[in-house]
Amino acid sequence: MEFETVIGLEVHVELLTKSKVFCGCTTEFGGEVNTHCCPVCLGMPGVLPVLNKKAVEYAIKAALALNCEIAEFSKFDRKNYFYPDLPKAYQISQYDLPIGRKGYIEIEVNGKTKRIGINRIHLEEDAGKLIHEEGKSYSLVDLNRSGVPLIEIVSEPDIRTPEEAWLYLNKLKTILQYIEVSDCKMEEGSLRCDTNISLRPKGSDKFGTKVELKNLGSFRAVRRSLEYEEKRQREILEQGGVIMQETRRWDEVRGITIPLRSKEEAHDYRYFPDPDLVPVVIDREWVEKLKSELPELPDARKKRYMEEYGLPAYDAGVIIASKALANFFEECVSLYHDAKTVSNWVMSEMLGILNETGKEVEEIPFKPHQFVKMLKMIDDGTISGKIAKEVFKEMFETGKDPETIVKEKGLTQISDEKELENIAKKVIEQNPKSVEDYKKGKEKALGFLVGQVMKETRGKANPHLVNKILKELLS
Amino acid sequence: MKITIETVEHVANLARLYLSEDEKAEMAKKLNSILEYMDKLNELDTTDVPPTAHIIPIKNVFREDVVKESLPREEALKNAPDKERGFFKVPRIIED
Repeated sequence: MEFETVIGLEVHVELLTKSKVFCGCTTEFGGEVNTHCCPVCLGMPGVLPVLNKKAVEYAIKAALALNCEIAEFSKFDRKNYFYPDLPKAYQISQYDLPIGRKGYIEIEVNGKTKRIGINRIHLEEDAGKLIHEEGKSYSLVDLNRSGVPLIEIVSEPDIRTPEEAWLYLNKLKTILQYIEVSDCKMEEGSLRCDTNISLRPKGSDKFGTKVELKNLGSFRAVRRSLEYEEKRQREILEQGGVIMQETRRWDEVRGITIPLRSKEEAHDYRYFPDPDLVPVVIDREWVEKLKSELPELPDARKKRYMEEYGLPAYDAGVIIASKALANFFEECVSLYHDAKTVSNWVMSEMLGILNETGKEVEEIPFKPHQFVKMLKMIDDGTISGKIAKEVFKEMFETGKDPETIVKEKGLTQISDEKELENIAKKVIEQNPKSVEDYKKGKEKALGFLVGQVMKETRGKANPHLVNKILKELLS
Repeated sequence: MKITIETVEHVANLARLYLSEDEKAEMAKKLNSILEYMDKLNELDTTDVPPTAHIIPIKNVFREDVVKESLPREEALKNAPDKERGFFKVPRIIED
């Protein structure tokens, strides 16, 4: 039988507010343990939470950027469960009246646009952090993170492959970074993802039994764990078995999922409205104001790059995926006439070196205008394209001006015809075999001779001139 | 009887309450009488009454996003039954 995979994602994202959602403690990551705490986020009796307006605004902005309907009337509820990272024994969350509903994200699958629905976005507080040390009979609790504002983004079960899940996450991350409501750093826990996955016979409209996956530390882990789980479930079903509804943990090292011990009655949270918090009424004026503050979103930017700069869809997609990179690119384009040249450099050299060094765009030590200066030095013949790559690397390492680097390293291109002619003559003399080959009609031999001249000049010769001179000398 | 002994046991377990058999029976009786009262209230026609989300007629109480000083750590940990290296110390939580 052929099966269809059904995947849904729950993503938790920490908002970039300065203070926590219900108290004034800092949200800064790290810090000495239990030093970002006060009676409110420690869950002391008798304290009252007061809602951070910015957190609400960030949640609304996220909901708008994800094409959601914004609730006119929203409220907070208590989600009750016992766990040592949750000092109040309830999490303040939103149950039936979340801030946003019925949104979507568009992804590109095999060149086609696919819409993945978003069921809801709600605002809630984060829990503390538990530390389990090897071989100890106790656990340790740090409540610095307790009360940091989170939004939970729940997708519809519209995702059909692990690849689509991966594309959805990347798109979601890019959008949230664009609108600057979260830095989405998975390694710092500011973006976390749980998935659920089930299989059903192709063509069926009933859902199969779903399995929830946890402990996904990277987008790659999300993808790999879904691939593993898809295969595991298919094998069970093909052998006539049944899938257990359960939560499984991804084991990154072994590349498998393992069942978590299922807690009985674990999902009976007994939600009820939090009497400590009054409702939030979001009028249209407020929504319009926040909407007007949204920047150009990734999809719009990609379209513009294709239309305005004539970039191929792939290149535009790669550049807009990082807001910082797109900003860098755009500043260069505003200073330079040929967007395609800038794009080529960004796509190959810049992304290459960022990948190689593991650095972020924000860490690039030179400015767009310095980079453009380098491009102009190629155009006016000061340096060759090949030397430019060397200059670029040096700029990346030192942040120095391209002119300074060229001067210091003596990299100026040799465009003096007399000088090049002398070198070319020497090369011709030393390579009689190639000269003969060329004269017999082997075009390739010329390339070899050009290469020899370049070698003699340590890459500094103007290749066009060398070509011309050699041809003249050999004709 | 809407609330059975099993329901009481379930809810008590979720709330980490340990009840004797007598207490369970008493609790079931009390909860049932509360629900009966709710049934009485349900007889009222509330078609045109908007649902109450909060008993106080106030909305949009916010604070600005300003960082205030947190407690010194000794204060934060003062009431903790057990602590270690600045952490709260709790019975081991088995994750898998």
